[in-house]
Amino acid sequence: MKKIASILSFLCLIALCFVFVSCSQQEKDPDRVVLWHWMNDRHEALETLAARYQKETGVKVKIDLFSPPHAYTQRITATAQTRDLPDIFGILDKKEIFAAYIKNGFVADLTEEYKKDNAAWEKSLFTKALDVNRFAEDNIYGVKPGVYGVPLDVTNIQIIYNKRLLKKAGISRPPETFDEFLEATKALNRVGVAGLVSGWGEMWLIESFALNYAFNIMGEEKVMATFRGQVPYTDPDWIKVFEIFDTLSEQGALVDGIVIKQNKIAEQDFALERAAFAFNGSWCVNVYHGMNADLEYGVILPPPVNPDRPMKIWGGSGSSLVVNKASPSKDKAIAFLRWLTAKDQQAYLSQETKNLPANKDALSEIPQILSDFAGVMDHTTHPTLWKYNELAKVASEFNKAIQSIIVGDLTPQEAAAKVQSIKMAEMEKEKRRQQRRER
Amino acid sequence: MTSLAQRKKFTMGDAKESLVNFSFILPAVILFSIFYIYPFYDIFRLSLHEWNGIDAQKYYVHFDNFKELFKDGNWWRSMWHAGIITFFALTFQNVMAFALALACDQKIRMKKFYRMIFFIPPVLSEVVVGFIWMWILNGDMQSGEYIGILNYLLDKMGLHHLITSWLSNPDTVLTCIALVHCWKGFGWGFIMLFAGLQTIDAQLYEAARVDGANSWQIFKNITIPMMVPVILVVIFLTVLGSMQVFVLIKAMVGQGLQDYTSVPVSEIFESMIGLKRFGYACAQGVSFGVTLITISLVFKLLSTKVKQY
Repeated sequence: MKKIASILSFLCLIALCFVFVSCSQQEKDPDRVVLWHWMNDRHEALETLAARYQKETGVKVKIDLFSPPHAYTQRITATAQTRDLPDIFGILDKKEIFAAYIKNGFVADLTEEYKKDNAAWEKSLFTKALDVNRFAEDNIYGVKPGVYGVPLDVTNIQIIYNKRLLKKAGISRPPETFDEFLEATKALNRVGVAGLVSGWGEMWLIESFALNYAFNIMGEEKVMATFRGQVPYTDPDWIKVFEIFDTLSEQGALVDGIVIKQNKIAEQDFALERAAFAFNGSWCVNVYHGMNADLEYGVILPPPVNPDRPMKIWGGSGSSLVVNKASPSKDKAIAFLRWLTAKDQQAYLSQETKNLPANKDALSEIPQILSDFAGVMDHTTHPTLWKYNELAKVASEFNKAIQSIIVGDLTPQEAAAKVQSIKMAEMEKEKRRQQRRER
Repeated sequence: MTSLAQRKKFTMGDAKESLVNFSFILPAVILFSIFYIYPFYDIFRLSLHEWNGIDAQKYYVHFDNFKELFKDGNWWRSMWHAGIITFFALTFQNVMAFALALACDQKIRMKKFYRMIFFIPPVLSEVVVGFIWMWILNGDMQSGEYIGILNYLLDKMGLHHLITSWLSNPDTVLTCIALVHCWKGFGWGFIMLFAGLQTIDAQLYEAARVDGANSWQIFKNITIPMMVPVILVVIFLTVLGSMQVFVLIKAMVGQGLQDYTSVPVSEIFESMIGLKRFGYACAQGVSFGVTLITISLVFKLLSTKVKQY
């Protein structure tokens, strides 16, 4: 009996040791760089480049893919909590969370690196792409001003149209105003073709579309004033924004079931010519090529409601990577990222994955459609560039309210009132949280 | 005094024996403490804090997260949605499972084939099931034809008035999800109920028939009373499984129509990943856990009473 007990206790001890060893932080190899990413379409190309880098420099870069993006975010959050982040990783979150990573010492400040060699690295990259990783002097997050990330590519989200289907509906040129857009979708419906498809089963795409029009209708300052709580969502300009979705839905301009479509499904719908317009990002070039190589399409800015104000679109950000501040291979990680964003590697990445390169010099070697996307980079904006962002809960309810308008369950006025009441409650809660933090 | 006097003196030998006995359960106790007790404790501790999941600093907020949860309309709506799905599962799913189990318990041909067919949906991944049904219930059209099988068939049968966008219509989306959940889950109930029916002694049926009982009397007075413990287990597992449905919804509608399809697990997920409110998400988790434990205890009590009966 005693023998059995001793054996059991011994086994238990081994099991415990195993548990603790596997839970403990692993010793990091300073001669190896580990990169964690979420980009399915770029994994192979990244691995090829990593192999090429090892051949050139002798430094091994291990590329690990964790997909889909929300699973990646969960993994990064969990490893940040255990302080076991890889040498290079990405933060797919709001600027506030990016700031939290920096303030907790997880992200290296790359400002000095960018300034080296007469700022050659900085000058080679698109300013808008760098700005996403930049914290300005007067940032509200309390982060030391500087640049904290490296953009791998740039992107923007626009309206893509199917040339063949437009021709079928007798439309000679893509719409230039919102009214023309509605007319075009009516003409398309008459020949049995659906209008606009997008992944509005994913909140961020609805938010992007809605805020494009909010900027067009009321301008950036008024949108920011709303985020600060100085303009209510019941303001006539915001009602106009909500009415856009009501109009699109009422006039049959949207694909049936758009509110539950995930972007992958929406991309399939457009590639298989089930809809004539898509609201999608420049990454779609690669996706559509994979789904239907013969697809003939072009790209336009979302047709404005207010012709007096320029249309702003989300973009500039693309995918960015950051360097782990505590990494023993920090310098090697930075060197690899610098090499990865150099002209040749960027051109290779762009050719293989059909994404817009972050390096301006690599732009000369891209297909026409990508060049069309790149042509409007001046129109881009992004929440990560704004001084203020909406409270997460309010943004979520704002998107849900738009879904309710599309399915006819709320009027624009009801939606605005609902979002405003949540905004008031959340601002009150935020004030209490702030007081608590200060205490 | 008598009892004290009667109590045996605790000797060194007894202590050793207790220690030896304890060492047998020590591995289980340690593992249970690490993987069950500690996470429960830590989740409860976090539920009393405000934390974004990244900052080293967590702010102690007493029971504020629970107070906020109590007033959170979205949370109660998600509980209501889970309740509706559970209601469908308890009625439609389990009645169907019981009916098919009874049918397969009769002397019919291809019994094994049916058993296998009925057990296919439960072994499929929820993501796969979600995508299959999303395709069946698709309301889109291409070149004048419906893409979704259901609408296509309704169209061909001339039942145009029944055609709708099943998953993007607020009136039908939750019912569709509940029915798909039932379709996926009824195989478990079927197997358990079928196994329960097999344990009923055939002599009881024969004796009843000799006494002149008809099929309904046999079912009411023999099958049902003998099956009550199994039925209770099936109901218990159905409630727990249905209240926690999440992946199926995520696969079928993603983040779409959340106001009409949210369930407690999706709310917890949203609080933690979307809103980065780890403390609040833990408070939701604790409250939901307590609700499920309460349901479990009620069923435990019920099953004990049934056994006594």
